[in-house]
Amino acid sequence: MATLCEGFTLCGLVQTQNASDSPIQGIELDEDSDHAVVTDSTRSVTLYKVSDQKPLGSWTVKQGQLLTCPAVFNFQTKEYVVVSDNKVIRVWKDEDLNLDKAFKATVTADVWRVHSAPGGEPVVLFQRGAVRFLDSLLSAPQQPIEDVLSEEEVIRWSASIVAEEQHFVLFTTEQNGECCLYVQRLNPNTLQKYRLEREDSGASPLSFSASLRDKHLNLLYLYPNGCVYQSVVAARGYVGLEGVQDLPRSLRLRLPVGEGELGAASAVALDEAHVAVVGVPHPSARTGKDFLCIWNTNFQTLQAGKEMAGRIHGQVWCYLGKLFVPHGKALSIIPYECQKSSLASALGKLRHTGIAVSKSSVAVPSWNTLLHGDQPQGPTKIVETRKSKLSRKSQSAQALTVDQVLELIKTGPVDEVQREVEVLVSRGDAQDLQLSVGQLACHLVARSQAETAFYTPVALAQLVQTQFLCHSVCPGLLLLSLEHKDYFLCQLCLQLFPDIPEVVTCACLKTFISVPDGDVEMVSLEPDSVSFMEGLVAAGARGGQQNGFSPPLFEEDSCDANHQPKPPQDKKNHTLQLEACPVGLHKAVLLNEVLQTPYSDNFLLPHLKDLDTQQVILFLQYLQFVYLKYSQDVYTQTAGLRSPTMTQIIDWVCLLLDAHFTVLVMAPDAKGLLSNLQSFVKSQVKLFSELGKIESSLQELHKMKLSKDISQYSIEVIELF
Amino acid sequence: MGEFKVHRVRFFDYMPTAIRAMAFNAHTERLALGRMDGSVEIFNFADHYFQEKVIPGKDSRSIEALCWVGGRLFSAGLNGEITEYDLENLRPKYSLEAYGGPIWTITSNSQGAHLAIGCEDGTVKLFEVLEESIQFERNLDRQKGRIISLSWHPSGTQIAAGMMDMIRVFDVPTGRAVQRLLVDRGFGGSKSRETVVWSVVFLSDCTIISGDSAGKVQVWDGHTGTLVKTHLVTKWDVLALSVSKDESSVVVGTSEGTVIQFQFIAPTLQQQQDKEWVRTRTFKNHTHDVRALAEIETAIVSGGMDTQLVVRPLLEKFDERSHASALRKIQFPHRNLVFCAKKAGLLLFQFPGQLELWRLGESDGHGKPGDSLPLKRKPEKLLHLKRKGEDHICCSALSSCGGWLAYSTMSSVRLYRLQTDNNDISITKVPKLPKILRSAHQLCFSSDSSKLFAASSQSSVLVIALSQSECKYVHTLKPKSGSRQPIHLMTNSVDGKWLATANSDCEIHVYNVQKLKLHCIVPVYGSCPSAMGIHPTTNNLTMVHADQQIFEYSIVEKQYTDWSRKLQKQGLHNLWLDRDTPVTHVTFNPKNPEQILLHDMHMFCIIDQSLPLPDQKTQFYNQMTLRSLSEQERPSHLHAFKICKTFQDLLSVSLLDDQSLVMVERPLLAITSQLPAPVRQKKFAT
Repeated sequence: MATLCEGFTLCGLVQTQNASDSPIQGIELDEDSDHAVVTDSTRSVTLYKVSDQKPLGSWTVKQGQLLTCPAVFNFQTKEYVVVSDNKVIRVWKDEDLNLDKAFKATVTADVWRVHSAPGGEPVVLFQRGAVRFLDSLLSAPQQPIEDVLSEEEVIRWSASIVAEEQHFVLFTTEQNGECCLYVQRLNPNTLQKYRLEREDSGASPLSFSASLRDKHLNLLYLYPNGCVYQSVVAARGYVGLEGVQDLPRSLRLRLPVGEGELGAASAVALDEAHVAVVGVPHPSARTGKDFLCIWNTNFQTLQAGKEMAGRIHGQVWCYLGKLFVPHGKALSIIPYECQKSSLASALGKLRHTGIAVSKSSVAVPSWNTLLHGDQPQGPTKIVETRKSKLSRKSQSAQALTVDQVLELIKTGPVDEVQREVEVLVSRGDAQDLQLSVGQLACHLVARSQAETAFYTPVALAQLVQTQFLCHSVCPGLLLLSLEHKDYFLCQLCLQLFPDIPEVVTCACLKTFISVPDGDVEMVSLEPDSVSFMEGLVAAGARGGQQNGFSPPLFEEDSCDANHQPKPPQDKKNHTLQLEACPVGLHKAVLLNEVLQTPYSDNFLLPHLKDLDTQQVILFLQYLQFVYLKYSQDVYTQTAGLRSPTMTQIIDWVCLLLDAHFTVLVMAPDAKGLLSNLQSFVKSQVKLFSELGKIESSLQELHKMKLSKDISQYSIEVIELF
Repeated sequence: MGEFKVHRVRFFDYMPTAIRAMAFNAHTERLALGRMDGSVEIFNFADHYFQEKVIPGKDSRSIEALCWVGGRLFSAGLNGEITEYDLENLRPKYSLEAYGGPIWTITSNSQGAHLAIGCEDGTVKLFEVLEESIQFERNLDRQKGRIISLSWHPSGTQIAAGMMDMIRVFDVPTGRAVQRLLVDRGFGGSKSRETVVWSVVFLSDCTIISGDSAGKVQVWDGHTGTLVKTHLVTKWDVLALSVSKDESSVVVGTSEGTVIQFQFIAPTLQQQQDKEWVRTRTFKNHTHDVRALAEIETAIVSGGMDTQLVVRPLLEKFDERSHASALRKIQFPHRNLVFCAKKAGLLLFQFPGQLELWRLGESDGHGKPGDSLPLKRKPEKLLHLKRKGEDHICCSALSSCGGWLAYSTMSSVRLYRLQTDNNDISITKVPKLPKILRSAHQLCFSSDSSKLFAASSQSSVLVIALSQSECKYVHTLKPKSGSRQPIHLMTNSVDGKWLATANSDCEIHVYNVQKLKLHCIVPVYGSCPSAMGIHPTTNNLTMVHADQQIFEYSIVEKQYTDWSRKLQKQGLHNLWLDRDTPVTHVTFNPKNPEQILLHDMHMFCIIDQSLPLPDQKTQFYNQMTLRSLSEQERPSHLHAFKICKTFQDLLSVSLLDDQSLVMVERPLLAITSQLPAPVRQKKFAT
């Protein structure tokens, strides 16, 4: 999730005569990360201390002169550099007071921008496309500057990027509605020209933003129709390519633009997934365009938005976790935070491309793949597909390989898929299976999710039963089985998956509780668990109390009769009620599975709150039923049968009460249940405190026995030497 | 050395009674100790705290306080009588009814001319101490409420009396109460209860110090009757007070078992003149009430409900660490309460009120050292013989054949014939004992059971001949020294020829029983013998003294043996001398004449006279080392003293004729567990 923090104003802005022009030319950093060098659109450069929101120094050129390029900081010489009147380069230091007395050099051609970046020398980009290092330029100011661009080509935007060893100057030009990207590498100097794909409307991009990621230059640009594209240029290679290349683009984001097109807007990439946009309307407040928003390009979701009062000039700078936005009469600084979103895993959106495409997705889950998807590996995909097609063509009557089955899953009919998977699983050697089971399951689930008609319960159950699967390998499986009301598979998953997230556990619980008894009774479930439950229910039906045990439940009630006077018949009713299992047999079996699923209560609790009151009461009734059964020793646990433990049951009761306490207290139909539960628990507490006493005295006895090792009389043998 | 089969006996339920009172005679360095059962014990503090004499108790007698006047010992009790003791015959000399109801306290003035007693009826009675008795002189002004405690002013002209809620100061010549010091009650719930002034001391500067049931120690000015200082020392009672001879220190005993010392010192170094009573040290050596206290020259002696006598040395009085500077606890009597019939395998336990005869169990198994053998027959209590009359049993004896049993109280001696065939036992009292046999300090049968020796007054021994039909007085053996002290040890030889006696004057006489005359007197050694025995074959007399020295004296040659001389020349090992309980039994191994068996409370020792004596550098307790050595290395590490500490809290060790040892243990824990519960104390985390 990305968040925008509370912003603050760095300085006021003076409105220029032409309202559409921004009062700020540029904002740059100097060596102190807390400083910002702000160049206004006319004559002055101001150095601000950001955290204090106050200026540290200001330099102005004479009346009549004009700053034509934002001042930059030369990180190597610790000087500021600015260009006035296109041709005069001025260099000064922090302590210089007067800009007029600073070093000046006049060059022969018009300068477009001076770029400086930490770790690199400042670079001068001329309007006609030539690039010079500042140093070499200043040593010979009058050197001739060549023209790189054609007559009518004008630079729209430029940036410089310093990679580990490489220094790039990127700039885009526009000529007759055609946009080009130039990538100028320095040392050795090469220039590469790319042609940007034309947008249908013929409009040129409103803003550009460049960043270096994974040794690729990423160019992000925004069109007036709200489309944000990304183009990737390799930072290395392609050196030898001549001529103009078409630059492929991918649509990262389609912003809602409201009526008309965007005027002054700008997009800047914050990280792989997040883009900050200004001058674009907020989707839920469609009135104005004065918003600063952060979008997640992976999910096309708006992550944070903030209304910026006053006119936005379509300018935004991003430095060190802060966004600098001039708007209205102020320059605001808004700190932001972008965390890698885990929404992807929660919604299960991203994975489809990842898993469906890449062969490398193995049964071992990788967070990277889960969260952000593999880097799209176009070429491999194609090769892969071709290969598998080939192999499929050459298939014989023998069983298919894993890859073939995977391919088959994508298109094949249900029974064929079922059969092949069965063959594969039954044949498979363990080593192989370990890897392939995950893939198979994922593919099957993906297909089923895509086509509702496609569902292979037997194959899936078989895959689960191999015990090579876990929830994180194939997160959709359990939910899919729930969707298809395949309770047998659900049960298998609950039994065999060690890592079911609490949200899914809760979803299962909810489904199981609300499913009508009749639906489940038909389903065949795992026989052991069913027989356990039958035993439990039957134990109550036998009714006899062995060993003279009488549950102290209702005596307790009568003890505080003044508190809760109850007619005796009523009590009887309750006893009877308690004897019967509140849910059907199979339903109970499924609930038992939920009870035995591992969980962490912190995560479970919020999801438990999703249950509605009726569900809670029913579940609580069931838990109480099992609890009572366990507490009465009529039921003796059959060894070896999978069954919820007493502790698990009590933990669930506690959780349920925690999650719904207020609701339960208010609900009239829960009252009897709760008071029964209370009195029983009270009696249990009493019992256990008695047990505690016995335990301690027995322990004392144990101790005494140790010390009373020597009796009153013994005949011993000693030896003296 | 070899293996021994050991009968580990723990069924002797010996239970000492609580200490009620004590009085220290600084002149003779004797401590008199009064117990709840009315018995009085005399400890010789000059001789390693040896328990020299025991005056047996009596049912009707109770001792509330003890008091020395010169060498004479007086006691007073709640039975209302004042008793003077005959320390030579170990019996009360006379008892005098004071006619004041129960007596709470007795104290003498420093001149030793008068005794003052505090009575229940509120009178302080003065008695004049005469040559042979005491005589009532007069009452001081009678008060309301009982007199709990008394203290003479050293000048003898005033007496401070602790009562309920107050202290009275009496002028002795006039008998008038001159001061009335009111003692506050306790706080909270105890406010309604009267404060008992349990103890009071009157110092020569007229300071009165009192300890009361509200837990306070209060310092009063006796001239003005004003309270100077209150020290709240406990939530419970302050029971006992004792002042040092130079009056610079007072110790108090509390119900919590603590002993707290107060010293009269200047609070700062600069102002040496302004001295005051300051609480200085706290000792906790008791678990129960400290009822009796004495501050002697170098130590604090305390005793109470937990029955043990504790001598706590004041370390600042010692320059170096020594035998005397060690804490000493006296838990067991320094004499035998267990008698063993070696031939019959019977054990006789002596209690104040009864005798118990037990037959030891049997086992025919064999086992490795350290094993417990399976029992074939369990030990069996054959007899429970209750004494007749009020007087407690003072001594008893069992013949080695198991056929005769005798015991004596202060007033009578009883002799029984025991007959055991298989599992039946019959006991017959022997009627018509000789008239001369009135009481005995010690009893002992000859090894062939033909004679009974009874230690009588003035160190004489009565010889009684025993036969099936009758018992007949034969002779009285009398020492030549004319000592009037009682005999506390008596032993005879196996061949029936010799009888050795030891008395409290440290004299050891050897009589020839066949000739019925004194054979010789062993040279008198400065420390009292605590145990002795005559060797069955060599007839050497082995004596162990309270100072842990061992002597061997040849009766035949009338001189110390070479081994004894060698031992004295080389000296005993320091670790032997540092032991703090006396050896209470010496016995021999008839199968191996080199071996002498000894024991004290904490160890059992076999001395092998054939082995070299340990010198100071030798490892003294070497059994563990020897065990770890191989058979070949062992001989070079052997020395004469073979000490086994496996058995603790030993009351008796004897060797049966079948070469098996009988160890009678009485674990202190078992004694402690039978004590009443101590006062409740808040302990951490309870």
